[in-house]
Amino acid sequence: MTNILGISAFYHDSAAALIIDGEIVAAAQEERFTRIKHDASYPVNAINYCLNESKLSLKQIDYISFYDKPFLKFERLLETYVAFAPKGFQSFRLAIPIWLREKLFLKNWLLKELKKIDPSFKSSKLMFSEHHYSHAASAFYASPFKNAIVLTIDGVGEWATTTVAIGNDHELEIVKEIHFPHSLGLLYSAFTYYTGFRVNSGEYKVMGLAPYGKPKYKNLILEKLIDLKQDGSFRLDQSYFNYTTGLTMVNEKFVNLFGKPVRNSETDKLTQFHMDVAASIQAVTEEVMLRVTRSLHKEYGIPNLCLAGGVALNCVANGMILRDKFFKDIWIQPASGDAGGALGSALAVWHKELKKPRKIKSSDLMKGSYLGPSYEQNYIEKELESSGARFIVTSEDEMIEQTAKALADGKVVGWFQGKMEFGPRSLGCRSILADPRSEDMQKMLNLKVKNRESFRPFAPSILKEEVQNWFELDYDSPYMLLVDNVKKDKRINVSEEEKHQVGIGLLNVKRSFIPAVTHVDYSARIHTVSTETNPKFYALINQFKQKTGYPLIVNTSFNVRGEPIVCSPSDAFRCFMGTELDFLSIGNCLLKKSDQSISVIKDYKDSFNND
Amino acid sequence: MNFIIEFLSFIKFRKKYWLVPILLIMAIFGGLIVLSQGSAIAPFIYTLF
Repeated sequence: MTNILGISAFYHDSAAALIIDGEIVAAAQEERFTRIKHDASYPVNAINYCLNESKLSLKQIDYISFYDKPFLKFERLLETYVAFAPKGFQSFRLAIPIWLREKLFLKNWLLKELKKIDPSFKSSKLMFSEHHYSHAASAFYASPFKNAIVLTIDGVGEWATTTVAIGNDHELEIVKEIHFPHSLGLLYSAFTYYTGFRVNSGEYKVMGLAPYGKPKYKNLILEKLIDLKQDGSFRLDQSYFNYTTGLTMVNEKFVNLFGKPVRNSETDKLTQFHMDVAASIQAVTEEVMLRVTRSLHKEYGIPNLCLAGGVALNCVANGMILRDKFFKDIWIQPASGDAGGALGSALAVWHKELKKPRKIKSSDLMKGSYLGPSYEQNYIEKELESSGARFIVTSEDEMIEQTAKALADGKVVGWFQGKMEFGPRSLGCRSILADPRSEDMQKMLNLKVKNRESFRPFAPSILKEEVQNWFELDYDSPYMLLVDNVKKDKRINVSEEEKHQVGIGLLNVKRSFIPAVTHVDYSARIHTVSTETNPKFYALINQFKQKTGYPLIVNTSFNVRGEPIVCSPSDAFRCFMGTELDFLSIGNCLLKKSDQSISVIKDYKDSFNND
Repeated sequence: MNFIIEFLSFIKFRKKYWLVPILLIMAIFGGLIVLSQGSAIAPFIYTLF
């Protein structure tokens, strides 16, 4: 038996993942345990969880792999500073001490930490995988494909920002790379910064904002900022950006190009201009991804595509690649961000270093991405009791029946069942659920439950076999990573007056029978639910269907703005009491807000920093 | 010591010998830079990390 622990840490979204003889056994992000969003610290809690879950001690771990190579990254930093010197001195002054003190000695530091747990731990057990190779491995080795083209796109790893790899059985080889500072991820982040959102967490807000605008600046971006070739390769004109040497993403020249200053999220409102900018960068991103994937298909003729890296979380672009039909099948790693690098680096050791064959499954190896902690019924009851909760305990069938009834009655439900998801999406184990038929639900959930911006859309979870009846999607989307439109026969005719609404006003228009999950452009980020991966969640939606005729519900992550998704029963109870959730199903325990003691209500709104 | 050996083999493997003088200067002044810095907390700059 070979046990391999993968770690990603020290940059953002640290995580740990454990594989045993190539089987993915456990994986979790550190933020869920520490309750610090995007926590980048050494993932001691996630590592402990992985070891406890498999009842292993550190002594029994054969290899530990880190998801990127610090020396290579340091080389890139030095070369960049030299290339731009003397510009960039301020950035250099801030960065180098951290590197000289900590990051350059990461291997020694890791060894020291690991030896605290196991004094006999040998340095030969510690391995390092390149950042983009980790991403590529997380996508290909976990996928259902024997061979595939693997495309990874993110901000930056060591040098690479975009890579193309060819996977064949257990072999995976990177064949093309685009290097820093030319980066699609950083281009998107530059616009995230420009529109007033936080880099590296607000990108999905830009994607959600895009449908409110028109891509008026697409051509300007293509003319001035990015030199995009026919095959999808590109170069960014660095005279508009500041991220190589400065402390901001863009510079004065960029601001002058668009004619408005960088939005300050505290003081400046979102205007139609920001919506148009968001639509434009989204359109450019889609254009780049379509050109790359079309050209890769033409060049290699392989029918399967795997995607990973932060840009692969752009589910609107993913949906377009699917509809483009150049590839017969597409598989996207659900933990496409850096957390997934932990899993990829472990899989890379097993298949690349140890040359072990793959066990390919017709679905995939991710087990629905339900790889995090779960809690026994007894534990849940004890934790709820100690939190001062008032609850009833039922059978599983009754719990599902009562929850479906609450949803059908328009209640907002916290749903905490089974193993926590690995990756940024809630897939029906740590979710807030609601009725998609409600016209007010989108606004209510955003403002009263999630404390977040009113423009943000919500996703539907739908029974897998029903997806084609409600959406134009004809593909499985088990990880909520594909966007497609609501079917025409489920849409509602919009009046002439409503057609002329712009900006946030678009939100006031009811445009389908499922308004809570229909975005302003009729799109939806679809999550298909099957009995194979999540039978309890399937049963709940099915029960909702029996009651209402609708085989889908609203599904959003169980957290508020700036908070990591809940991990333990007490996290769930705190969130339940701090928000306007009406009902909580946690294991077989049912909680109604109206039954709870006022003394356990806590002010929750300001407990987390805005993301 | 291990660190120095590993780093030198990295330079050799990557054939980035021109980085050596820069690294030497940094090694000399590095101590000063590190000591003069009160905290390792830096502003969030994506590409630094």
